Amino acid sequence: MRYLPLTDDDRRTMLAGIGVQNIDDLFADIPDDVRLKELVDLPRHASELEVERQLGAMAARNTAASSVPFFVGCGAYKHHVPASVDHLIQRSEFLTAYTPYQPEISQGTLQYLFEFQTQVAMLTGMEVANASMYDGSTACGEAVLMAQRLTRRTNAVLSGSLHPQYRDVVVMLSDMSETPLKALSADPEGTEDIIASIDDDTACVVVQTPDVFGRVHDLSKIAAAAHEKGALLIAVVTEVISLGALKPPGEMGADIVVAEGQSIGVGLNFGGPYVGLLATRQKYLRQMPGRVCGETVDANGKRGFVLTLSTREQHIRREKATSNICTNSGLCSLAFTIHLSLLGEAGLMKLARINHANAIALADALTGINSVEILTPSFFNEFTIRVPGKGAAVIESLAEKGVLGGVPASRLVPGQKDLDDLIIVAATEVNTPQDREVYVKALTEVLS
Amino acid sequence: MSMNKAGRPTSAQSGQKSDHPTFTGNKALQIEEPLIFEVGETGKTGVDLPEPEPHETRLGGLERQNIGLPGLTEPEVMRHYVRISQKNFAIDAGVYPLGSCTMKHNGRLNEKMARLPGFGDVHPLQPESTVQGALELIDTLAAWLLEMTGMAGVAMSPKAGAHGEFCGMAAIKSAQIAKGDARSVVLVPESAHGTNPATAALLGYKVRDIPAREDGTVSPEAVKEALDSDVAGIMLTNPNTCGLFERDIVAIADAVHEAGAYFYCDGANFNAIVGKARPGDLGVDCMHINLHKTFSTPHGGGGPGSGPVVFSEAIAPYAPVPYVVRNGDMFSLVESVDAAEGAKPFGRQTAFHGQMGMFVRALSYMMSHGSDGMRQASEDAVLNANYIRAGLRDVMSQPFGDQVCMHEVLFDDSFLKDTGVTTLDFAKAMIDEGFHPMTMYFPLVVHGAMLIEPTESESKAALDQFIATLRDLVQGARDGDLVRFTGAPHHAPMARLDETRAAREPVLRWNPEAPAEAAE
Repeated sequence: MRYLPLTDDDRRTMLAGIGVQNIDDLFADIPDDVRLKELVDLPRHASELEVERQLGAMAARNTAASSVPFFVGCGAYKHHVPASVDHLIQRSEFLTAYTPYQPEISQGTLQYLFEFQTQVAMLTGMEVANASMYDGSTACGEAVLMAQRLTRRTNAVLSGSLHPQYRDVVVMLSDMSETPLKALSADPEGTEDIIASIDDDTACVVVQTPDVFGRVHDLSKIAAAAHEKGALLIAVVTEVISLGALKPPGEMGADIVVAEGQSIGVGLNFGGPYVGLLATRQKYLRQMPGRVCGETVDANGKRGFVLTLSTREQHIRREKATSNICTNSGLCSLAFTIHLSLLGEAGLMKLARINHANAIALADALTGINSVEILTPSFFNEFTIRVPGKGAAVIESLAEKGVLGGVPASRLVPGQKDLDDLIIVAATEVNTPQDREVYVKALTEVLS
Repeated sequence: MSMNKAGRPTSAQSGQKSDHPTFTGNKALQIEEPLIFEVGETGKTGVDLPEPEPHETRLGGLERQNIGLPGLTEPEVMRHYVRISQKNFAIDAGVYPLGSCTMKHNGRLNEKMARLPGFGDVHPLQPESTVQGALELIDTLAAWLLEMTGMAGVAMSPKAGAHGEFCGMAAIKSAQIAKGDARSVVLVPESAHGTNPATAALLGYKVRDIPAREDGTVSPEAVKEALDSDVAGIMLTNPNTCGLFERDIVAIADAVHEAGAYFYCDGANFNAIVGKARPGDLGVDCMHINLHKTFSTPHGGGGPGSGPVVFSEAIAPYAPVPYVVRNGDMFSLVESVDAAEGAKPFGRQTAFHGQMGMFVRALSYMMSHGSDGMRQASEDAVLNANYIRAGLRDVMSQPFGDQVCMHEVLFDDSFLKDTGVTTLDFAKAMIDEGFHPMTMYFPLVVHGAMLIEPTESESKAALDQFIATLRDLVQGARDGDLVRFTGAPHHAPMARLDETRAAREPVLRWNPEAPAEAAE
């Protein structure tokens, strides 16, 4: 067995040193009637080559995003990641380290977390950020809980244009803690009046921009209305590249910003692992969930970094902790930080312009088809179209023609009939003019 | 001119001190590295991008003017992150015996498999017809986990152990509400991970502590005494955080069930008993499995983890969405509560389907080891921990007496009494010797706890050196060599850091207003 260094001789010598006869003497506390006498019913060990064959066969049954014209988004986006990112995150010192509990020998991890927190704060226009959450959706749930602690109120108001799976996460948390919630219904036309839903019991308002249908929102008025009632504004961003083009939520009055960071440095991975961003105002940091890295000095006065504010955390506070969370998304936050260090402001803003330009070109090309209508006049790199018939069937037909053309709204919000003919389409820098032509041709055929 | 026949000196100069200061502050391979914000420039980029096609913006008048983010070119980025990486300890570099954390070797095949385009480059919302292999992988891993645990159902989506705890307890809560038997209290032993009481509180439960008995385990009597009709369940770690198998676990499970409550098992230490016992045979109703511990997906400096939860028949119907359904050779996803047939999911815990990248790595580990290798891994992990116990039992102190342990061995600080050396000092001195310290001050039930988990990945030679080193440290503490301890680490990239200052005046980001000189 290639992973186990002990030899049978070692095992015999060690058992003798311990003073027992055989290995089962070390498992004697397991009651005899429940101790397994036989191997479980699974295949025996396998060579690298055998495992590669079996897993390779499964992988081959999937259509990789890079292999086709690809326009799927809704919270996860296909972007190009520089080769150096994956190389660096595979360094043993990053990959095979634990949480930096011993800061004297963990400055590598701690320094990049400090860089990460600073980048996230700059990107979102906020004052402070934590060291990352599991993903955007769980960060959204944690942000609502944080707002409830800060305001000592329970009611959250969720925009109908919040990613439906993010909404489901918040709804589940409120169901489980038996707290009230107001979730507005899906709003592809952008007509909801969320301000009317804010009252004196509102803990927070949760609004996404660009929203799940792609529409861009100015949050200033909602922020002002929320603050007037003593409520907080939580801004959600699922496409973090948009922050290279759009005014950040921090400049529009948001109190907490949560985002999915996958677009920078992290692959699609069929939905995970990703990296959740959570940023807020300095004055709220003691109610911020999750791990935080802070600057300090060592005994020689040299600058260094440590995990800090752990008195908020479960291993100290137990049932009084701000969250039960005890990991961040370490390696994904490293990938994010490295990719963003490569991009810098100049690179990110240019990348954002390319995404926007490609989306505009695609939107214009698709609406050139007679029966296709666009619902989102303003957008970043994603927009919603209405097609004759069912969106899900259209997407399936497109897939048969080798085009992954977007997400049918009905997949995210099943059971709401007026969304059945909507498709949410994303374009990024990976799409070529040829991809666009292939898409238009395929959609024209499918709809005719 | 005569030839210099001596040439380059090749012998080390004797009597030279080795701690001469340097001009740069660097120490050969240890190179000081500023923050990217101190070296990068906003106008610089390490990514070459084409000019966008000419376009008018449709951003609703919300254009951003600047961000302030510095950029670096690829050579600068490589050097920056390679240099800081060299300030990290890692399993690949040395013994990392963090009790309860399970720092075992991370097979590189697993990394390679996770990066196959068919897994790594697939979108979670692609049509099902284009992701049959991804769904097959999830279904296969689920089946392996069920076989290993002897349980009836599994939720794959929880993102980490604590997320899995929430999943299991939420399913228990839903099951009781569905029966019209909502309850308000959860029992948690004092030795539990802090996540257990934190999870119970998140779900609105009150926590009732259960004390440990003299030998470090939980007694069925103490559980029975705490049980009443308000108790929803117990959250019990097995093997427990003292490194002991809860030998009365079946009696505890029976008592819990008799009271109409359920048994949540914290599976953080499942790696000790894989292939030796199955939670399903022990009366467990839910257990999360830390794929990043038991099945060796990399810890990555603090995540990402993955925490699937296995369920008994009674709780399985309440497992969250999404889940994969197999129909012959075809697979489909159930993504909404309304679409769940014959089940009553408590809802959704995360967008998408869970930590796919970790699923691939874990299945790669499991297939590589197989039924025989996984059992052998558990046996070797337990053997290694007991070998350390035997090698140190005469010089270090065990809080519950010298008894067989599972995959980790627990010491307390009574052997350091009157030496002036604390558990923290002892741990820091290990750093100088080239070892990562063990887990310290956990579990909380033991004074100055030191929890050592070597895992199956260590060779006998590595263990022998580890034991000899700790024996020498104990001797040093007894001999009054205080500087070795209280000033430690002496040879790490940093001396001891001031954590109090960090918490009192939190500086959580670099600020352009406060240049680095002021901070140093």
